[in-house]
Amino acid sequence: MTENFEPVIIGFTCNWCSYRAADLAGTARVKYPPNIRLIRLMCSGRLDPTFVLKALASGADGVLITGCHPGECHYLEQNYKALRRFLLLRRTLVQMGIEPDRVRLVWASAAEGVRLAEEITKMVEAVRQLGPLNWPKWQQTNGHGEHAHIEAEEVSA
Amino acid sequence: MTTNGKPKFAMYWAASCGGCEIAVLNIGEKILDVDANFEVAFWPVAMDAKYKDVEAMEDGAILLTLFNGGIRNEENAEIARLLRRKSQILVAFGSCACEGCIPGLANLSKPQDVLDTVYSTVSTDNPNAVRPQYHYQMPEGVIHIPTFYPVLKTLDQVVDVDYYMPGCPPESHQIAAVIDLVIKVLHGEAQLPAKGATIGAGNSTVCDDCPRARNVKLIKKFVRIQDVPELDPHLCLLEQGVPCNGPATRNGCGALCPQAGAQCIGCYGPAEGVIDYGARLITAFASVIDSNDPAEIERILDGIPDPAGQFYRFNLAGSLLRAAKPAWQGKL
Repeated sequence: MTENFEPVIIGFTCNWCSYRAADLAGTARVKYPPNIRLIRLMCSGRLDPTFVLKALASGADGVLITGCHPGECHYLEQNYKALRRFLLLRRTLVQMGIEPDRVRLVWASAAEGVRLAEEITKMVEAVRQLGPLNWPKWQQTNGHGEHAHIEAEEVSA
Repeated sequence: MTTNGKPKFAMYWAASCGGCEIAVLNIGEKILDVDANFEVAFWPVAMDAKYKDVEAMEDGAILLTLFNGGIRNEENAEIARLLRRKSQILVAFGSCACEGCIPGLANLSKPQDVLDTVYSTVSTDNPNAVRPQYHYQMPEGVIHIPTFYPVLKTLDQVVDVDYYMPGCPPESHQIAAVIDLVIKVLHGEAQLPAKGATIGAGNSTVCDDCPRARNVKLIKKFVRIQDVPELDPHLCLLEQGVPCNGPATRNGCGALCPQAGAQCIGCYGPAEGVIDYGARLITAFASVIDSNDPAEIERILDGIPDPAGQFYRFNLAGSLLRAAKPAWQGKL
């Protein structure tokens, strides 16, 4: 474990709850470690497990998935799908040698800025303890050899 | 080696089982068309040939090379590079070359464990505990064997590949169709597809070709097919709780397994547009589980005892992660 290791965590947030919780934390000047890079999705149900795998394969040390509390999904029950995908993905990742603590699922409502900040802090510390993941930077292929490169476009709020 | 003016054809096997060669021979009398239109320049399974004969050829001298097998050791990689230089068209032929296939499952284990399994388990008769040595002193000099790589690679992770032909093995009628196409191209009657294309397969999923009836899928329990006394022969297997990989798998086989009463295991690889085969299956399976209670979901998931094996049986080496941590950390 390196002395000054700063984990890189990719956080997926849901537009309706957890992204607003993060926004609220910012507005209220609640402090949390800058190790997390938040990516906004419309819903945790949009989270394709590919995103998590790509993050880990591309150098992330951990991935935090967040969404609305059970029963509170803006799209009725997509967060349950996220839950089931997460549980199945976690089992698969363990077989790939990735510690379960590196991929977490947290529910946070739009009012829970403080709680989300706490969860982020806890996760960063847990990953710091685990050390860098350092997945090899082999050239990514999509199984068909073409380099899977997805162009991202900035979307205004 | 004779030269009769016909374009040259080569087929090579790296880390593979030989099933791909059998599938090629299984095309029946179509093999005579191959002979009529091509000179077989190099095909270690079918005829005697030496690497030095290939090395002596001019670059690009071989028109078409079907390369099957994954890249497990130095020799595989060296021949892949050699055939790339000598071939105008290099086809990753079969699941091993395309995505790693069964040999790629070794990417879940430490390289040392792979060798231990081969040389030291109860099923191996090796009373003197003989192990291969990379370098060995003989009276005539030092002999070498190719270095074993910690992680199995797919062909396109080592060299540039022109076309991909999936399947374990590719279906014979698909091989015949591809050979027909190449012969037509030779006679100027057809054009080759764009470089990088998947040939000899469909653009959809196995489910699309599967005749079983599909309704709303709500699963309370995953079952292993050998544990079910009677399956409905007309109903979707996934709906009956059998983990069937059809939803993520490329079609082209004609959905043979589900029609024979067995689940799709995914040998035709990821469907068009799927970046990570396992991730797509995780999405598909998780979506059909009929529970919102974490404890119950975990119980249902216990019905898939080996998720990595279920989701990456053929695709591990070609997946985003490619290999488990113990494998890529392993050194020999």
